Amino acid sequence: MPRVVVDVMLKPEILDPQGQAVANALPRLGVTDVASVRIGRRIEIEFTGEPDLNQTREIADKLLANPVIEDFTIRLAEDGETVDAQP
Amino acid sequence: MTARVGVVTFPGSLDDGDAARAVRLAGAEPVRLWHADPQLHGVDAVVLPGGFSYGDYLRCGAIARFAAVMETIVDAARAGLPVLGICNGFQILCEAHLLPGALTRNQHLHFRNRDQVLRIESAGTAWTNAFQPGQEVLIPVKNGEGCYVADAATLDQLEAEGRVVARYVGNPNGSQRDIAAITNSAGNVVGIMPHPEHAVEELTGPSLDGLGFFTSALKHLVETAA
Repeated sequence: MPRVVVDVMLKPEILDPQGQAVANALPRLGVTDVASVRIGRRIEIEFTGEPDLNQTREIADKLLANPVIEDFTIRLAEDGETVDAQP
Repeated sequence: MTARVGVVTFPGSLDDGDAARAVRLAGAEPVRLWHADPQLHGVDAVVLPGGFSYGDYLRCGAIARFAAVMETIVDAARAGLPVLGICNGFQILCEAHLLPGALTRNQHLHFRNRDQVLRIESAGTAWTNAFQPGQEVLIPVKNGEGCYVADAATLDQLEAEGRVVARYVGNPNGSQRDIAAITNSAGNVVGIMPHPEHAVEELTGPSLDGLGFFTSALKHLVETAA
């Protein structure tokens, strides 16, 4: 059964100190052409039946993301994109 | 009659013991409340203590908000029950939408643990009426995700309505407008990032200034009962 993928990202206007710390570490890798790094969270949801995007939207809005500081996007996983793992 | 102040324990709460102790030193009877029990057992006020409820999984306070006891507390808070959220408790109050805004990772990414001067901005709340506006107090701060953020309109509204309860004197975490504590429009719900429950005795705290938050609630209960 395909999973639903939820991507949660900090809103653009919210400072991401974690992303900045990663960006600041890149020159030590010899990487000097990165302008910025933003860190978010990806969540995969597997329903017992058909994937329910409306239900996912509610889960994302009420729990997975905090709308005060974060935005989220929802989509069905592409074939072969997700790998079964131990829950 | 002695006021009964509930202190909630979530899985991962750390400061519930100290909060209960502070309640007792302030002259009230602490009542331990359990996250999975929706009953408030007739308490007159509630403290949500600091710690790392549910391991801070997802976001700080995001899962605690759905605890059985929180559903009861949210309804009771909307009906006027005094509620103080300290540190993780503040985060939970924001996640439960009892207070606006959010607490995010400290701007400098460091955990901050130190004695902190705060300026009381609003002495009109259920938890700060023992102070004078402008009074400075010294209480410990200890957080990694204590940076208060909200959009400009919300911040302006908080300022205009006198709902910024305390500001840092020397911002430890990048909080917008130096905000350390805020209240809801009714003034019964207060969220504060530093820890008044750690400043209630000379032996263990930098001052006794924290006691004022708890005695304020008792004063508030007497005044609203009269």
